[in-house]
Amino acid sequence: MNLLVVMVVAWRTLMRHKTRSALTTLGIMIGVASVITMVAIGSGARAMIEKQVTSLGVNQLMIFPGSSSMGGLRGGMGSISTFDESDAKVIMAECPSVSECSPVAMYQGRVVAGNLNWPSRVVGVYPNYLTIRAWGLSEGQVFTEQDVHKVHKVCLLGQTVVDNLFPGGVSPVDAIIRIGNVPFRVIGVLERKGQTPWGSDQDDQIIAPFSTVTRRLLNITSVNIFQVSAVTVEQIYDAQAEMTALLRQRRRIAPGQEDDFTIRNQVDLLNAQTASSGVMQLLLGAIASVSLLVGGIGIMNIMLVSVTERTREIGIRMAVGARTRDILLQFIVEAIMLSLFGGAIGLALGIGATSIVRLVLQWPTLISPTAIVASLISASVTGVFFGFYPATKAAHLDPIEALRYE
Amino acid sequence: MNSSASGAAAPIVIEQLNKVYVMGEQRVHALRNVSLRVTPGEFVAVMGASGSGKSTFMNLLGCLDRPTSGRYWLEGIETSTLSRDQLARVRNHKIGFVFQGFNLLARTTALENVELPLLYAKIHGRERHRRAIAALAQVGLADRADHAPNQLSGGQQQRVAIARALVVNPSIVLADEPTGNLDSRTSIEIMSVFQQCNRTQGLTVVLVTHESDIARYAGRIVRFHDGRLVGDSRVEAPRAAVDDLAALPPPAGEEDDA
Repeated sequence: MNLLVVMVVAWRTLMRHKTRSALTTLGIMIGVASVITMVAIGSGARAMIEKQVTSLGVNQLMIFPGSSSMGGLRGGMGSISTFDESDAKVIMAECPSVSECSPVAMYQGRVVAGNLNWPSRVVGVYPNYLTIRAWGLSEGQVFTEQDVHKVHKVCLLGQTVVDNLFPGGVSPVDAIIRIGNVPFRVIGVLERKGQTPWGSDQDDQIIAPFSTVTRRLLNITSVNIFQVSAVTVEQIYDAQAEMTALLRQRRRIAPGQEDDFTIRNQVDLLNAQTASSGVMQLLLGAIASVSLLVGGIGIMNIMLVSVTERTREIGIRMAVGARTRDILLQFIVEAIMLSLFGGAIGLALGIGATSIVRLVLQWPTLISPTAIVASLISASVTGVFFGFYPATKAAHLDPIEALRYE
Repeated sequence: MNSSASGAAAPIVIEQLNKVYVMGEQRVHALRNVSLRVTPGEFVAVMGASGSGKSTFMNLLGCLDRPTSGRYWLEGIETSTLSRDQLARVRNHKIGFVFQGFNLLARTTALENVELPLLYAKIHGRERHRRAIAALAQVGLADRADHAPNQLSGGQQQRVAIARALVVNPSIVLADEPTGNLDSRTSIEIMSVFQQCNRTQGLTVVLVTHESDIARYAGRIVRFHDGRLVGDSRVEAPRAAVDDLAALPPPAGEEDDA
């Protein structure tokens, strides 16, 4: 008996018992639907995190003073040796995998424009900082190396700062604002960048020349952070190694001694974030798989009942020449058909449920083709697995007993 | 091949067949040293009381079961040592079954029922259809091909079952009490179908019955008692079912059986 005929026979048998077939597949339907929905929610969350981390710039590194393993009672705040501004130029010159390097100085303070004020963060950097962050302007222009050199009091405003200090669409360019009583001229507005994965607003900041922030606002000369970009994402670990070697040399750290600085890169951060969302996705998938398993047990149940009910039919088929494998195949094909049918409907339900989650709850979702294929495959595997026992039972019936069965 | 199967075409040659069922501690000797030879084109009736071993004998003859000892050649094939699947193949190609309870697949048309053995014989689409229609025509039911068993009378159902038995061109047709569920007139009709196949096509028929009226349509009667073959006699002048039907008064209010 060829496979096509087996399929036709199985289809007819299932159609003869429409209600029972539908109820049997209900478990698989719900199982597949929940796998699709759960995985869609999981991958949606993951995709959103990836997008946020990428918005920070994936080829970026940051250098901090202090050891990454600040264990025990070592050091203390005073012992952390800061960097020198000249390190930036040396890093750019000596490390081939580094494309840009800018010192970063942070000042928290109140910003006043006219009769409005807003607490914000002022970041003092070199002009190449915007290149490193892949950050453009929506208006005006970036300050120059000259502005840094001459300690000009100019600045670029983030969108959140503009919204709070210049409401009503007034252009802030050329306006004078005061930061901690120091007047600054606004020369540009930054593009909107959105939130970081940990929820801080990247648009709530002001960017100004490094020299102006350190000398006019902070009154310091040392550097606490360097922001660096690698030439490409692939070179990020090369850049890290080159800078480590260079800084150890410049800071005269003996071999075997620990670094007194830390370099962090965005790739590691991205991996950590996606790993944690991956765990969540796995968990959701596992919960959904349990319902698929329960669905499979439902199919096995009904198939066992069906084998008993159809004992005489099996006997007739055997009498007219069905071999063990013919009967086996027929029941397995029936089980697979049931589960594929349930899988297809479950798929539709899952896509529907995912749309509801996206539209009503406003959660990010992502239905991947992989999830669709995987759930259909697991539905049919469920069919084979749970159909096998009833089919074996049917195939090994004694033809005489089966024919006599009432 | 055994010397006793010298008539190479002999459909059934049985030698010293024994069947013992073991039920717990008890051993039930269902068949004892049965030997039988059936020549091509014979019409054999098997008779005996219930428990005489005739059902066991039919199961062995139909390759549904294997003997404890002894040998059975079906058209020269020694079947007593075949595997389960090999027996299925023999049943499919060489044996046509007709049962007392018809044993048609419910909610399946007459045509599909007749096609069933051909499905397992891997005969494809059009050929399968053609042969099934021809077999139905042979039993006079070509116009009922699309009817399900529950839309057919008992006699018609049994004729569908006969068509299913004939469709594979079997070496033997085994009929187990084929008239047991039918009234006397329909029984004679069914016997006329068997007789017709036997006479016009030379089909070998082995029929189990406990009714001597029915047995008299056969050309030879063998009797079982306590698992032994106790009688084997030729019927000198078998009754012709067609003549008996003609002698009966016409059926009242029945127009479907032509």
